[in-house]
Amino acid sequence: MTNLLEVRNVRRTFPRGGGEDLLVLDDVNLTLTEGEIVGLLGRSGSGKSTLLRLIAGLARPQGGSLTYMGTPIEGPAQGVAMVFQSFALFPWMTVLENVQLGLEALGLPQGEIRRRALAAIDLIGLDGYESAYPRELSGGMRQRVGFARAVVVHPNILLMDEPFSALDVLTAENLRTDLIELWGQKQLPTKGIILVTHNIEEAVLMCDRVLLFSSNPGRVASEIRIDLPQPRDRTSPAFEEYVDRIYVEMTARRVERMRQVQAQGASIEMPLTHVSPNLISGLIEALAAAPYNGKADLPDVAYEQELEVDELFPVAEAIQLLRLADVEGGDIKLTHMGKRFADGEMNERKEIFSRALIAQVPLAAHIKKVLDERASHSAPKTRFLDELEDHMAEDTAEETLKTVVSWARFAELFSYDDDAALFSLENPT
Amino acid sequence: MKILPPVSIEARRLLPSPWDLLAAVLVLGFIVAFADASRLLIQPLSVVSGQDLSLDPALLPGYALRTAFRMLLAMGVSLAFTFAYATWAAKNPRAGTLLVPLLDVLQSVPILGFLSVTVVWFLSLSPGRVFGAELAAVFAIFTSQAWNMAFSFYQSLRTVPDELNEAGRMFGLSSWARFWRIEAPFAIPPLVWNMMMSMSGGWFFVTLSEAISVGHTTIALPGIGSYIAVAIAHKDVGAILWAIFAMLVVILVFDQLLFRPLVAWADRFRVGDAQSEDLPQSWVLTMLRRSRLIDWMTAPFEQMMRWSYRFQPPSFGVRAALRETDSRAAGFIWYAFLALLGGYAAWRVFSFTVTWITWREFFLTVGLGFLTMTRVMVLILLASLIWTPVGIYVGLRPRLTRIVQPVAQFFAAFPANILFPLAVSVIVAWSLNPEIWLSPLMILGTQWYILFNVIGGARTIPRDLMDAGENFNVKGWLWWKRIALPAVFPHYLTGAITASGGTWNASIVAEVASWGEHTERAHGLGAYITDATLAGDFHSVVLGIAVMSFFVVVVNRLFWQPLYWYAERKFRLG
Repeated sequence: MTNLLEVRNVRRTFPRGGGEDLLVLDDVNLTLTEGEIVGLLGRSGSGKSTLLRLIAGLARPQGGSLTYMGTPIEGPAQGVAMVFQSFALFPWMTVLENVQLGLEALGLPQGEIRRRALAAIDLIGLDGYESAYPRELSGGMRQRVGFARAVVVHPNILLMDEPFSALDVLTAENLRTDLIELWGQKQLPTKGIILVTHNIEEAVLMCDRVLLFSSNPGRVASEIRIDLPQPRDRTSPAFEEYVDRIYVEMTARRVERMRQVQAQGASIEMPLTHVSPNLISGLIEALAAAPYNGKADLPDVAYEQELEVDELFPVAEAIQLLRLADVEGGDIKLTHMGKRFADGEMNERKEIFSRALIAQVPLAAHIKKVLDERASHSAPKTRFLDELEDHMAEDTAEETLKTVVSWARFAELFSYDDDAALFSLENPT
Repeated sequence: MKILPPVSIEARRLLPSPWDLLAAVLVLGFIVAFADASRLLIQPLSVVSGQDLSLDPALLPGYALRTAFRMLLAMGVSLAFTFAYATWAAKNPRAGTLLVPLLDVLQSVPILGFLSVTVVWFLSLSPGRVFGAELAAVFAIFTSQAWNMAFSFYQSLRTVPDELNEAGRMFGLSSWARFWRIEAPFAIPPLVWNMMMSMSGGWFFVTLSEAISVGHTTIALPGIGSYIAVAIAHKDVGAILWAIFAMLVVILVFDQLLFRPLVAWADRFRVGDAQSEDLPQSWVLTMLRRSRLIDWMTAPFEQMMRWSYRFQPPSFGVRAALRETDSRAAGFIWYAFLALLGGYAAWRVFSFTVTWITWREFFLTVGLGFLTMTRVMVLILLASLIWTPVGIYVGLRPRLTRIVQPVAQFFAAFPANILFPLAVSVIVAWSLNPEIWLSPLMILGTQWYILFNVIGGARTIPRDLMDAGENFNVKGWLWWKRIALPAVFPHYLTGAITASGGTWNASIVAEVASWGEHTERAHGLGAYITDATLAGDFHSVVLGIAVMSFFVVVVNRLFWQPLYWYAERKFRLG
C-alpha cells in the first residue's frame, strides 16, 4: 500500500495585531494510505479545518512538510479535491456548469468535459437537475452537487470539511449512507478520503481511523482505529463503545488541565469561552431532573438534549469551572451547589452563580474588586482589556471579557454599558 | 452596508404607467411655468454679489465655511422633505401612486436645469439682494440630494418587518409613537448611506451654484465655487490649488465630524443578528456618548418625545369606521384635483410647445442628446474596463482595501468640477480636440462609484467560493470569466448606474469649459443647455431639460433596469 499523503511536524500560526502569533497547529503528523477514510475529530478552534486547507494547498504551513504522492505540496495540487461545509457552489452557474468547472480548468476537450460531468451527476444521484441553479435546490441536493463537483475530477484524495453539518439530521444521514455505499462498492473515483467533523458518531460511522485533535493549539492528541465492518450499525454495542471511548478521551484531557490551573491558584489569565448563562441553567436543570438525577453519561446527554459536541463540551466545562458539577471520564455529576442551583428560585440561583463567579473566576473577582475600590464605582473596558492582552491574544481577551460580562449580568454582580464601554456597580434605575 | 440601486431601477415594469405619464407632465409643467415666469422677471444686466471676491488664500477658510453652511442647510431641508414626502407616500396609498413616479421623474431631471429655471425666480423674491441667490443655491443642492434620500426612506417604510409593526400595535403604540420608535429607526441605516451619497453630489452643485450666469444676471456668492470661478477668469493656478486644498479639508471635516459618527450610530438600528466584521467606529461618537453634557442637553428632548408618545389616537375601531365613509368623498376630491392639475400642466406644456418649439429645434436637441448619450456610454464602458479589474484586485486584498476604499469614496465626494480648469488649461495649451478631450471631465467625479462598488462586491465574495475556485485550479481568464466578474456583477451594475446618472448631470458642466478667455466647447445636449442658460433663452433651456430627462429615463428603463434585474436574479450571492 502506498502513502497518498504524508504530513510531518506541521506547524501553522496566524499573525495577530500586536502580540504573539496565534499558534493554530503544532507538530501535526498524519498519513493517508490508499483505500482508507481518515477522520479528523475535534472541537471548533482545534485547527482541523486549517489542516485541511494546508493539505488542499490553499495555505502554507510555517513549519514541517506536506507531501502528496511523493511530491511536496506547494499550491493547489491536481488530484486533491475538496467538499465544503457551506457547499461553495457558484450561484450563477447551473448544476452542470458547477460540475464542469473543475474539468474546464484542466483544459479537457468539450466533449470529454460533458461526458464526465454527466457521469458524475448520474453517480451522485443528481439526474434531472442538470439545468437547475443551486438556489433552487434543497441543502441536501446542493451538497450532492458539491460531491459531484469534487468527484468529477477523479481526485486521488477527497477532502471533506464538515460536509454534513449544514444539513438537517435526516438529509445528512441519507447522504452519508449513499456515500459509504458508493465507497464500499468502489464506485467513487478516489483513492482516499479525509473527513473533518465534530460529530463523534459520524466519525465512528464513516472512518477507518479517527485522529482526535486537542485545541489551543491544535495537536493530534490520539488516534483511534475503528475496526468495524461496513455498513456499521449505530445501535450495536461495539459502535457505542467506540463513541463512549472518544467522549472520554475528548473530555478527560481538558478537564484535567482546567483542574490543574484551578489547583495552582488561578489568575485572571485564564481564557474563558463564551457560554450563555441560560444554557448553563438549562443543562443543570436537565441534569438534576429524571432520568439523570444529578449524574449522567455525556454521550447520552448530548443525544437526548440534542446538543452537538461543539455545544455540549463548552457548557459542561463552564459548569465544571464554576464547580457546579464535576466532569469525570465520560460522566458529569452535579455538585452540592449545582443541586441547590437547580432547586433554587431565580434569586437564589443568581446568588449561587454570583458566589461561584467570585470564588472560581478570578477575572470576575478582580473586576468586582476594582469597582468596589474606585470612588466612582466605574471603570472603562480598556482598563481590563489591556490587562488581559498582556497575557493573551487580542480576540481571546475580547471573548474572555465578553464571557465575564455575560455571566456577571446574570449574577447581577456588576453591570456593563456597551455604548460607553464602561463597567459599573450601579444597575440602571 | 448594502448598496442601494437608484430610484427608477427599482420599478420592475418596463412600460410607463399612466401615473408615470402624469408625473412627467406635472414636472414638465412646473418647469415650463417657472421658465415663463423667469422670462418675465429677468432684468437687464444685474449682478448679485455679496462682496467682491478676492483671491487671497487667507479668505478661503471663510469662503469654505459659507459653502459648508449652504450644504448643511440644504441637507436639513432635504431631511425635512424626506420625512414628509416619503412618509406621506408610504402611509397614504392614494398619494403614493403619484408621489413615487414623481420622484422617478424628478430624479432624472438634470439638476442644473432646476437651477437655470428657478434662479431668476428666486432672485425676484428679493431683488438686488443676496438672499434670493442664496435660496437658489440651497434649492439647487436640495434637488441634488432629496430624491434618493426620500426614495430610500419610502422603501424602508414599506419594508418594515410585519412582526415589528404588529408588536407595536399590540402594545397600543399610537401611529406617531410607532413612526418614531419602530419605522424611523428601521429606515435610518439606508437613509444615512443615501445621505452620504447625496452629500457627494451636493458638493458638485454647491460649488457650481455659487457662480452662475443666467441671461444677463450673474451671481457670485462668496464661497469656494465662486472663488474658483474668479481664479479661472484670472488663470490663477495657485489660487485653484488653494481652493482644491480647502475643499479637501472641508470634505475631510464633514467625514470625521458628521458622517463617521452617523454611520457608527446608525449601526445599532440594523435589524438582524449578523454582526458585521468591522464595526464602524468614530471617535466623535464615542466622545458624544461618554459626555455627560450631551446627556444633560438631550434629556429634555427625549422627555418631550416620550411625553408625546402618550397621546393615544381615538380608538382604532371608530377611526376605521370613519374612514370607510369619508374615503369615497376624499378620493373624488383627490382625483378631481389631480385631473385639474394635470390638465393645467398639460395645457402649459402644450401651449409652450406650440408657441416656442419648432420641429427643427426639436430634432436638433434629440440629435445632440444622442451625441451626449454616446459620450456617456463610451465613458462608462472605458471606466468599467479600467476600474472593474482594479476593484476586484483591491477588494480581494483586505489590507489594500482598507487603504483604497476610503480614498475612492473620498474622490467620489470631491466635486470634480473644481478640477476642470486644470484640465481645460491642458487642452488649451496642447490644442487638443475638445469634442474628445472634454468628455473625460464628465466622468471625472463619477467613475469612483464603479470602483468602490466593485471593491465592496469583491470584499463580500465568500472565502469558500474563492477556495473552491483555487482548489479546482481555476486560473487566468477562466477565473475572471467564471468567478470574479460574475461575483461582482450586481455590485458593479449599481455602481455603473449611479455613475451613469452622475455623468449625464455633469455633461452640462463638462461640455463647455473655460480657462481665462478661452472657452472650449464640445457638441452635445449639455453644451446646448449651458449655452441656452447663458443666453437667458428659457424655452431652449426647457426643451433641453425635457429631452435630457427623456433620454435618462429611456436609458434607465430600456438598458439599466433589465440588466439590473437580470443580475439580481442570477448573480446575487446568498
